[in-house]
Parts: sequence; C-alpha cells; structure tokens
Amino acid sequence: MSAREIRPARLSTTARRRLVHGGLITAALVYVGTLVLAPLVGIAWAAIKPGWAPWKETLTSGDALHAYELTGIIALISVLVTAVFGVMVALVLSRDRFPGRGIVSAVADLPIAISPVIVGLMVVLLFGRGGWFEPWLTAHGIQVIFAVPSIALVTMLICIPFVIREVVPVLEELGNEEEEAAKTLGASSLQTFFRITLPNIQWGLLYGIALSTARAIGEVGAVIVVSSLIAGQTETATLYIFRLFEQGHDDQGYIVALTLAAISIVLLAGIEIFKRREEKELSS
Amino acid sequence: MSIQTQRLERTTPRARNSGGGSRARHLVATVAGRWSLRGVALVYLGLMVALPTAAVISRGFGHGLTALKDALTSPGAHQALKLTVVLAALTAAINAALGTVVAYVLVRYRFFGRGAVSTLVDIPFAIPTLVTGIMLVVLYGPNSLIGGFFVDHGFQIIFARPGILIALLFVTLPLVVRTVQPVLLEMDLAEEEAARVLGASRWTTFRKVVFPHLRSGVVAGGLLSFARAMGEFGAVVILSGNLLNKTLTAPVFVYQLLSQFKPDQAAAVATLLFGLSFLLVLVTERLIVRKRRS
Amino acid sequence: MTGNGIEIEHLDKRFGNFHAVRDMSFAAEDGKITAILGPSGSGKSTVLRMIAGLERPDAGRVTITGEEQTWVPVQERRVGFVFQHYALFRHMTVRDNVGFGLAIRKEKKPEIRRRVDELLELVQLAPFAERYPDQLSGGQRQRVALARALAARPRVLLLDEPFGALDARVRQELRRWLDDLHRELGVTSLFVTHDQEEALELANEVIVMHLGRVEQVGTPNDVYNHPASPFVAGFIGSANVLNGTVRDGHLVFGEHRLPGAAHLPDGATAHAYIRPIDVRITQGAPSGYSYRTTVERINNLGPSSKIRFRLTDGQALLADLPNDVMPVLEAGQQVLLDLRNVKMFEREQDPKHEAAAIA
Repeated sequence: MSAREIRPARLSTTARRRLVHGGLITAALVYVGTLVLAPLVGIAWAAIKPGWAPWKETLTSGDALHAYELTGIIALISVLVTAVFGVMVALVLSRDRFPGRGIVSAVADLPIAISPVIVGLMVVLLFGRGGWFEPWLTAHGIQVIFAVPSIALVTMLICIPFVIREVVPVLEELGNEEEEAAKTLGASSLQTFFRITLPNIQWGLLYGIALSTARAIGEVGAVIVVSSLIAGQTETATLYIFRLFEQGHDDQGYIVALTLAAISIVLLAGIEIFKRREEKELSS
Repeated sequence: MSIQTQRLERTTPRARNSGGGSRARHLVATVAGRWSLRGVALVYLGLMVALPTAAVISRGFGHGLTALKDALTSPGAHQALKLTVVLAALTAAINAALGTVVAYVLVRYRFFGRGAVSTLVDIPFAIPTLVTGIMLVVLYGPNSLIGGFFVDHGFQIIFARPGILIALLFVTLPLVVRTVQPVLLEMDLAEEEAARVLGASRWTTFRKVVFPHLRSGVVAGGLLSFARAMGEFGAVVILSGNLLNKTLTAPVFVYQLLSQFKPDQAAAVATLLFGLSFLLVLVTERLIVRKRRS
Repeated sequence: MTGNGIEIEHLDKRFGNFHAVRDMSFAAEDGKITAILGPSGSGKSTVLRMIAGLERPDAGRVTITGEEQTWVPVQERRVGFVFQHYALFRHMTVRDNVGFGLAIRKEKKPEIRRRVDELLELVQLAPFAERYPDQLSGGQRQRVALARALAARPRVLLLDEPFGALDARVRQELRRWLDDLHRELGVTSLFVTHDQEEALELANEVIVMHLGRVEQVGTPNDVYNHPASPFVAGFIGSANVLNGTVRDGHLVFGEHRLPGAAHLPDGATAHAYIRPIDVRITQGAPSGYSYRTTVERINNLGPSSKIRFRLTDGQALLADLPNDVMPVLEAGQQVLLDLRNVKMFEREQDPKHEAAAIA
C-alpha cells in the first residue's frame, strides 16, 4: 500500500469518499424503494381510487367474513402448535449434543426451502385418495383433505421453522449458566424452564411467533392444493382473493388484498419491536 | 450475631436424602429426562416432515422412473424446470450482491430514513405472496403507468419473465440482508480500522478484510434465496400468466399436474425439487454453524 | 453443622479423549476455607462441578457432611454455588435473585423477605434490592451471587474462580471481603482458582492440582516453602530453575556446586528451584558456596529491584533485592551470590509435567 500521493487533477480524497458513501446509500435506497415501497403504494392507490363505498360492501359480505374467520382460526392453531413444539426442538438443538444433530437441524429448516405446493402435495399423498392414511380415515368417517383439518395441517407444516430458527441462536448465545445456577438452588427442570429459560427467550420467541403468524395468514400455495375451494367452508382469505380475481372482481380483490397487507404490516410492527428488544438484550 | 445463631437452626425439611441416591435410579432419571425431550422433538419432526417426505418419494418413485419420465416428457416440462432454475439463480445472484450492499449500508452508515429502510426490508417476510403478485400487477401491469409505458415500447413485464424476476427479488430480499447483517454487526470494527490506518482504501478494505468475513453469510443467504425462489408460487401464479413454454414455472407446473389428477408425476417432479432444496439447506446450515463457531 | 465437610474419593472423569480428573481424593475440612489451586486445564473446575452435581463422575464418590451424594441430583444437594460469570437471573431484581432458592422451596413470603434483607445487609447491597443485574458492576454482581448462594442455608459453599472476571482492585477488595464473611459465617467453603496469591491469602488449606491429579495438599506455608514436587515448586511463587548433574550430593553446573542434592541419585540430571528473594549478594572472596556472576540487567521497581545475573556456565538467575540493602550495581559488573532455600528435584520422566513446571 503506497503512501497517498497528491493528485491535484482528480477530486480530493474526501470528496471522492463522500461520493462513494453517498452512492452506496443512494443505491440501497433506490433498490429497496423501487422493489418494496413502490408496490405498496401502488396497491393502496388501487384500492382507494374507486372511493370508500365498495369497502363496506366487500368486507362485510358473508364470504369475506367466513374467509377472515377461517384464516384467523387456522393461524391461531398453527402458530400455537408450532410455537410449543418449536421451543422443544430449539432446546434439543441448542443444548443437546448428539450425532445427526446437523441433519435434524436441516430437517427443521426444510419447510422454508421447499415450495408450498409440495407441502400441499405431501398432505394430499398422506390423507387424500390413495393416500397412506386414507383407509383409516374413511373407516372412521373423518374428512381431512378438502376440509379444514388439512388446511390447518399444511399451515402448521409451513410454520415449523420460524420459532425454531429464532429461538436457537438466542439459547446458544445465552448459554446455560443461569439454568445451572437455578438447579443448584433447588429448582426442578420444569421450574427452571418456566422461571429462567422462558423469560430469557421471550423476545426471540415472540419474534418467531409474529413471523409465523404473518406466514400463516399469507399462505396460498399449499392451501390451494388441499382445499376444496368451497366458499364459506374451506376458503381462506387468500383463496378468497384468488377467487375474486378469477371472477373478474378486481376492485373487490384489491380491497381484500389491501386489508391483508395492512394486517401483515401491523404484524410487522410487532416483529420489529420484538426484534429490537431481542437485539438489545443479546448485546447487553 | 443473628446469622450465626440461625446457622444452627432447623435444617430445611426437604432434601434429607436416604443413603446417597442410587446410581441406577439417577441414571434412569437422567436418561428418561433427556430422551423424553429429545424424543418429543424427534417424533414431532419425524411425523411432520420426515413422514410426508417419505410419502412423496414413495409415490414419485414407487414404480421406478416411469412417473418421472412421464412428467418430464409432458409438454412444457423441460422449459418450466429450466426457467425456474435460471430465474432462481439470477435472483440469488442479484440479491446476493445488492442485498449485501443494503446490509452494509444499514450497518455501517447513519442516514435519514435508515429505520424505514430496515423495516421495508422485512416487509416481504410479512406480506402474503398472493398480495405481492397483485401489487406488482397493479404497478407494472399493461394498464398501469409504468407497465403501459414499457408495453408501448415492446417490453412486457407482467405476464412475462421480467415480472417473475421482480417478484422473486421481492420475496428473497430479506433473506440475504438478514443473513449478512448479523455477521457485519458481530465483526470487529477494529479490523477495518486497522486496514484503513495502514493506508487501504475503502474498497480494498472491503475486498480484503470485510468480505472474507461476510462470504459465508452471503453464500448462505444466496443459497436460501435460490431455494426460496425456486419454490415461489403465490406471486408467480398471479402475475406470470402461467403460459406454457414461456412463463410456466416448476411449482405451478406441479400444481397443474395435480389438478390433472396425475399425483404420481407431480410427486416425481416434487421429489426432484425438494431434493435440491434439502441439499441447499444442509449446505447453508453447515456454513452458518461454522461461522457462528469461529 | 456436623460431618466432615466435603470428601471425594477416587474421583475420575473423562470428556471424550480428554482425561480431566484422574483418581482424585481429598477432604475439605468442615468450617474451613479450602482452595483448589492449579493452572487452566488442570481439571479443578470439573472437580468442583462434580461436587455440586453439575457433572457426573465416571468413577469415585462424593460425600458432603457425611452423606454420600454421588448420585443425588444437583437440586437436592443443598450446595451453594458461585459462578465465575455470576450467572445472575437477568430478568429478576436483586431481591428476587437472592430469594430464588427460598421461593423454590415455597417458604412463606414474609420469611423470604426477612432473609433476603438480612443477606443484602451482609453483602452491603441493601439499597440495590430493586435493581436489575445489568445495572450493577461486576463486583456488585458477584456479591449478589454470593448472597443468593447463601440465602438457602447451604451445607457447603462452592466457588468457581469467583473473582476471575473482575479487575485487580475489585478482586482484592472482594477477597478481603470473602475472608471476613467466612470468619463471620463459618460455612465450609471450597473455591477453585488459578491465582496463587488468592489461594495463599484466603485458604486454610491449599490443594495444588495439575493435569487432573493432586500435586500437594497443605497449608499455604507448606506449599510455598516446602513444595513436594517440581510442579509445585515452579508454579507457586516465581522461581529460578538451574539445571545440572548430581555428583556427590551436590548439583554441578559449570564451575558451580550447589549443596542439597543428597536425596538424589548420583549422575542424575536434576533441577534446583530458587526464589528470587532468596538470591543475595555476598561480599568477600569466592568460596565453595558462593557463585560468580555478571550483572546483566537492572530493573528498579521502587522499593526493590529485579536484577538478572548471568552465571559462568551461561544460566541466568533473577533476584529480587530490596533497594536499601543493595549496593550500587552496574551492568557488566562481577558479583558473588549466595543462594538459600534451594529445593532440588530429579528431572521428571513426564516431559509435559516438567514443561509446565519450568514454564
């Protein structure tokens, strides 16, 4: 690295540096702005342009209400189940050392990397016609495919990685000294978990729950495969939007789409808050 | 001294323990405890992930390679797979580069709107993919300002490949940024400063000091983006038009096979796709773990 | 409290291929402070953790106040444990931290409150009761950890490098403070450290450990002045090491002969350990037991000076001489030395053991 020479003909180093910095920042702003911000503005405009009249009608229709209700219930069940089991898996992955741990970790991550259509296919192959569990199900008169249970199932499958991915790093960062201290003071494993471990992972856990809720609400690929698409019965909010566009009711489609976007953004606000709290705690 | 006198007081009622505890009882208790948690975790993942995977593989390849052959020889199959892989690779490459820039800017600089950019980056994680597709149609569709402009000049965005690429870039943006950011945050600024004191320019510092640290994060984020882009359905199905040999992607293709009541073929192609995904996840996992340990 | 404090017999532990603790046995007397002193990797923390129940031994027995504890789960052992990095519960106030052991036992709230107040008084942190750990300094956190460990009236107190994470001045303060505390409470205490000053200052008895084994057990005076092995001689207090061959009950190196090798076999290679403060300048003509050296370097450190001398056979000696009795010296000057309190050991078979001793 040679010593700096005086180059009167070019821009001074400081000015050049500022240009580079400014250039990088601008590039980042432009990229994120056009990629993410613009579409959001676009849909808000499209939904609001025709005025507020169609809003009440669209959002209070029977189909819409059913769709929101179904989405809400499915999201609630899926997030609850995957959160509880997710914490257990996270504990095993971060505290337990056993051969094959890497593979188990990869398996837990898998649903993020595969197409939701494949997830839907998996459930169909297990519970649908000719599926592995089909004989048992028909014998007991239980309908899974083309009914709500399968929608819940695919959503659960899709949500598996979120809590796990967020809680494992927190557990690894924290170490288990506090838990050991609790044990020397007489706490049982269960007491240690609820009084020490859980409060310590709370922000990471909430962050993961918020992410999986957003995902559960937005799922369409897997649901479209397993649902019978019957309005009022197995139509989630996303499927409802899909149908509205297929049937040419674009305006209504924009409205419902915007409401989902709005809900997601509210969830996002929660996500950001939890994430900041988690970062703040880990850095102290 | 009050404390000394209390020292001789009652011992607490619990924990008066018979003999020294038997080794057998203890061993059983620990093994049971450890395996019950491990067991629950393994059964959960086994039932939810391993079992369905087995079902797909067995359906797709249960009769040897016939299902796969049939699927791959159906019209548009090759094109769909090729298009998916190419677009996913392009997405991964672009976001690996630009995502790293965004991550660097967010971590190393302070500027007006920094918080907003950070939030925007997370939006693709939260927005339903279907809504993403709709937003892009609104913004770039043939009837919109921007889209209309391009169409007039013979360049179609929506219902054509560029639109798919934009959608894929959107959904994978956070993957690279959020994988690279923690690495940057953890990095010791002192290394960068040491290089600059020795006379290195910002670019050389980045190239020789910062990037080697980031490399595994960027690659991991890129691979994850690739896998994610390959599997994207909701946005693509809305805005690509699903035109055979033109804008049909692999996930939509699998969906179509299913709608045509060809589950075996669908399973065969699906196995291919998620085999690739699983490989990518394994590699990413190794990279991140190795990075975290060092 | 009755019973024999802490007793371990033939304790053994491996981690994979690493043999951390090898067949260790010792007893820590009831009511006293015992220190396990050793370098990093000597297995001392592992021993402590096995006594607490945080690790399981592969073989051996642990007995606390007369009751065998080897297979008793850690929750039931009623030991107080203080960690090097405090391990305070970050989401609880100081008060809740200290009261944790009592809350687990479902003691009555007023009783817990009273006991916590008592302990906070003892560790002089009463005004901090409602603070959170991240609002405290390192020294304060460790005091809270101590209060927490003592609150539930443990049978013994175990401390794992308790002052290792603190800076020097705080370390000294807390050391003095632990000493006072122990005098007042009389709890059987066992602490682990690599800081010999700490061990020698605080402990009634010192157990020197190296590579998983006990090297020596004794009072601080014993291990300092009568080291039982080359490792202890080299580890405790700084020491000069001179190499030579045994002839006729003397250690011979170059033109020099050091008496005191009568217990070693003739012809063997051996080492002599001499503390810098036992090196003295002597006047007069060279005699059989004074040693010719050249002054190499002088470091004036206020009240004393550290001087390096070079013997005629090339080996070096470091001396610590108080300035008021020292004559004026210059580099290159020839000086006669007198060496006292020399400990001699035969060269060890185990090179690793020896290397650690000489290092």
